[in-house]
Amino acid sequence: MKKSVFFGALTVAALAAGAAAAGTLDDVKARGKLNCGVTTGLVGFAAPDANGEWQGFDVGVCRAVAAAVLGDPSAVEFVPTTGKTRFTALASGEIDMLARNTTWTFSRDVDLKFEFVGVNYYDGQGFMVPKALGVSSAKELDGATVCIQTGTTTELNLADYFRTNNISYEPVPIETNAEAQPLYLEGACDVYTTDASGLAATRAAFENPADHVVLPEIISKEPLGPLVRHGDSEWGDVVRWSLNALIAAEELGVTSANIADMAAAAGNNPEINRLLGTEGTLGEMLGLDADWAKKAIMAGGNYGEIFEKNIGENTPIGLGRGLNAQWTDGGLLYVPPFR
Amino acid sequence: MTTLSDPPKGGFRLSTLINDTRYRSYTFQFIVLIALIAAFAYLGSNLIANLKAAGLNISYNFLGEPAGYDINQRLIEYTSQSTHLRAAVVGMLNTLLVAVVACLLATIIGVVVGVLRLSNNWIVNKLMGVYVEIFRNVPVLIWILIIMAVFVAVLPQPREFRGDDATASMFLDLFAFTGRGFYFPRPTFTAEWAAGSTGYLIIIGLLIASFFGARALSKNATATQERTGDRPTTWYYTLAIWLVPVLVACVIMGLSWEIPALKGFNFKGGIYARNSYIALTFALSIYTAAFIAENVRAGILAISTGQTEAAASLGLRPSRTMNLVILPQALRVIIPPLISQYLNITKNSSLAIAVGYMDVTGTLGGITLNQTGRAIETVLLLMAFYLIISLSISAVMNVYNNSVKLKER
Repeated sequence: MKKSVFFGALTVAALAAGAAAAGTLDDVKARGKLNCGVTTGLVGFAAPDANGEWQGFDVGVCRAVAAAVLGDPSAVEFVPTTGKTRFTALASGEIDMLARNTTWTFSRDVDLKFEFVGVNYYDGQGFMVPKALGVSSAKELDGATVCIQTGTTTELNLADYFRTNNISYEPVPIETNAEAQPLYLEGACDVYTTDASGLAATRAAFENPADHVVLPEIISKEPLGPLVRHGDSEWGDVVRWSLNALIAAEELGVTSANIADMAAAAGNNPEINRLLGTEGTLGEMLGLDADWAKKAIMAGGNYGEIFEKNIGENTPIGLGRGLNAQWTDGGLLYVPPFR
Repeated sequence: MTTLSDPPKGGFRLSTLINDTRYRSYTFQFIVLIALIAAFAYLGSNLIANLKAAGLNISYNFLGEPAGYDINQRLIEYTSQSTHLRAAVVGMLNTLLVAVVACLLATIIGVVVGVLRLSNNWIVNKLMGVYVEIFRNVPVLIWILIIMAVFVAVLPQPREFRGDDATASMFLDLFAFTGRGFYFPRPTFTAEWAAGSTGYLIIIGLLIASFFGARALSKNATATQERTGDRPTTWYYTLAIWLVPVLVACVIMGLSWEIPALKGFNFKGGIYARNSYIALTFALSIYTAAFIAENVRAGILAISTGQTEAAASLGLRPSRTMNLVILPQALRVIIPPLISQYLNITKNSSLAIAVGYMDVTGTLGGITLNQTGRAIETVLLLMAFYLIISLSISAVMNVYNNSVKLKER
């Protein structure tokens, strides 16, 4: 009996290992669900709402990919990951893609064998301090106690920044954003540092956001984007172009309001036609339905709509588009043509 | 049954390995060993094959690279430009600092509570019972978090010490108890040759010498007592042995105290015990002390009441009965489970990251793992570290156990 259980377990393990080697796209289709790694909770980017539904900017990317591949934006299994567990989760195949405001760096791309499929948010590391401290610049922070989320690029940037400016500090490593908040609010640290977008999201969740200021210094480049495992380019293409479809849709004026009309029949703009599948065979090339991009955009609207709904100026987080505007508006969003 | 163990007639046959009771157990052990080795070899080759398929390899070269991150509590010199290996060592020392102090504290609290739990005083007895049950039955991680949260919330933060209308003040102008940790005055030596760590090393050396001196004195007193029946009064000699050399050394080396003072965002100067360190050590101590108390109680109850009665009939007071008769015998029962409690403390100290204490799991198994992505390598190193520490604790405690256990001749 025991022996058969053992061999049974071995067989299952072998099968699982075999399955992981096959294409991720086929796996996702066979499973009927997309396993998407997100944060453990950062309001605006990925956090469950009052009904337990995951909401947020990164969540929007997951839903768009699920809609493109499976036709159903709710066919996503959200896997909360910490800064420490995210890469292991992706490398081991526990998740199909990671959309967890993760910075695109050389070593992650090359050494850790991941593939960043694009940038969905151009960010930079900033500092937040209580207004009462009367600090107006990060250079005045000599001797301060700084709370950092551990396992991120922020602690390296921080060490570099303070070293180059020759000022001392006392780092307090914190595992998650949720644990950092009470420590910062109780005054166990003077400063909280993370990506500026994360600071805005954290500040929005405070009782009195006006009592805290984000300092003007941005000390690093943090291009945040979704990533997949190295070596499965087909799947990488699917995620990349799902993201690109969202951005292109905004550029081309395709919104969740008018997409039904635009996709009903081929219109005057050939690029919109190709994007929405009324012309050409782009979907087929990706191994998806012809209307894959239409489904992706309908999941939560185009890039601009997702941005405004989750983190835009009319939300408590209140982030401006800044670098994340379309290139036509002076931002950095510039997707390759759908052709 | 005798026929079974009769030596087989004739030569060796393969079936003797199974049928002969002399060889059967060896045969099975051998088979199990082979199977075990094969299983591990399969797992190992599977790992390497899968890593290769993913384009990865096992390499420890990252240990020589600059770490790039800062560590708040460092017992040895460390900057963000030091190597990952040095960061790991800093973490290891932090782990050991917590483990050693928590083991000592837990033993003291545990023994006291265990003895008091057997008290005839109803209130003391029940209070200790409540303590043991509360701490033993709530996970240690919860205790660490609760203590840290209370610590941070209850104690004043440095900013409350600032200004003319400060709501908090330093204790005796020497100690600062803040939500970020405790600041104590630090002894420093003004004499040039004793600056830095030299002075501390001299003091430690003197204390060790005093320890042996006091022990020799006590041995001498015992010998006199056995010879004459009278124990000479030695406490003032003992006091002198402990104090005089250290005091003289302090005067020669020019002792002065560095008092912590509020400068900028934080207190500066003095000895700084971080909130994370205090919360972690305290939580581990009182949690494990509950288990040790139960071990102590079990050990004491294992000594027959006849011993207590015999001691009482000899006219020993209850405190002396406990110290001279019961505890020395109870130690034989207490020490083996005590070893596993020490191991528990050491292993549980890896929960440090919950309060942001940079132990080896936080540096090597946390930031280094994350920045280099070398998960398997760092986890293997971590396992080796904890294994070595645990085995060392076991070895030391087993030596001690052998020295106190019942000697059978």
